[in-house]
Amino acid sequence: MNDGCGAPAGGVTITKDAAGKEAIVEGRVLRDGAPVATGYARLLGTGDEFVAEVPLGEDGGFRFFAAPGEWTLRVLAPGGVRTECAVSADIGQITRVEVAV
Amino acid sequence: MSRSDVLVDADWVEAHIGTPGYVIVEVDEDTSAYDKGHIPSAIKIDWKKDLQDPVRRDFVDKTGFEALLSDRGISNDDTVVLYGGNNNWFAAYAYWYFKLYGHQNVLLLDGGRKKWELESRELSTEVPSRPKTSYTAREQDSALRAMRDEVVAAIGKRNLVDVRSPDEFAGRLLAPAHLPQEQAQRGGHIPTAKNVPWSKAANEDGTFKSDDQLATLYRDEAGVDFGKDTIAYCRIGERSAHTWFVLHEILGQANVKNYDGSWTEYGSLVGVPIEIGEGK
Repeated sequence: MNDGCGAPAGGVTITKDAAGKEAIVEGRVLRDGAPVATGYARLLGTGDEFVAEVPLGEDGGFRFFAAPGEWTLRVLAPGGVRTECAVSADIGQITRVEVAV
Repeated sequence: MSRSDVLVDADWVEAHIGTPGYVIVEVDEDTSAYDKGHIPSAIKIDWKKDLQDPVRRDFVDKTGFEALLSDRGISNDDTVVLYGGNNNWFAAYAYWYFKLYGHQNVLLLDGGRKKWELESRELSTEVPSRPKTSYTAREQDSALRAMRDEVVAAIGKRNLVDVRSPDEFAGRLLAPAHLPQEQAQRGGHIPTAKNVPWSKAANEDGTFKSDDQLATLYRDEAGVDFGKDTIAYCRIGERSAHTWFVLHEILGQANVKNYDGSWTEYGSLVGVPIEIGEGK
């Protein structure tokens, strides 16, 4: 169990065994094929309802442990970057997303 | 208190870098961000290692807080300017913590680390060295901190504001959605609590919404009675410190406490009432 609620850059790393019990949305943010290491990934629900946010990792990566359902993934980065895409999550499934900015 | 007494913007902080009497402090649970780059002249405080007792689940005591601030070169007369990641959750927690131990002059950078980064402002890897001080703290101000028995007694009498996400409030998730969900305690919320997720008080860039927007959010939309005392809680007390900051410091509500035991304590208590679902 995590002591705090903070979001480490790139999202929390988990074991393969634990992944089977979670609805994971993960991926990377790239600019011209290179990782975007400064920026934020936000998971939003219906009507733009905020769910969670993680700072991007050195590899441009992010990971969420969502409830099963449909979500919007929004990426914020310096230079006014604000882009989004639709993602779905389900228990025991890892939804991988690559976001180009 | 009002917004102008407690919040500063990035331009103000840039103008005060290196100004004697002002100490910029980055606070986070994961301090690797500080190590990669921080606001020039900023020192760091580790939310876990520096502010939590290593054995008991509690804060460092008064002596420990005095030792920490003395070691970091913060004096009683300094103005402490706090900022951090996670939309300033841990910086707001530190703000509340500094107030709890009686530090007079504390400010929060609106938007925290996120806005600073998104605006591509300067970050430094140079770790400043500050001469040690002899800091004297006050006894904890019990008017700011709620303990579990007080929370149970407040059900149906005071405002209880649960600032977690709707899925955590309803019991569908046990932690924010960026964390694994395997937890020991039960899901749900304290009966009569209003669910006002902390995120509704913040703009996308991490800054706080306007006073009018905030008052409308809590009073008019959520039904928080501004004539009553209030206790805010979340899972471990840092997101609710963000809401405590909004209600007590920005909106100037008189009697607002943060329940830092929050759901990891309440949801593990034997015999206390729990409500699940969307709330009533």
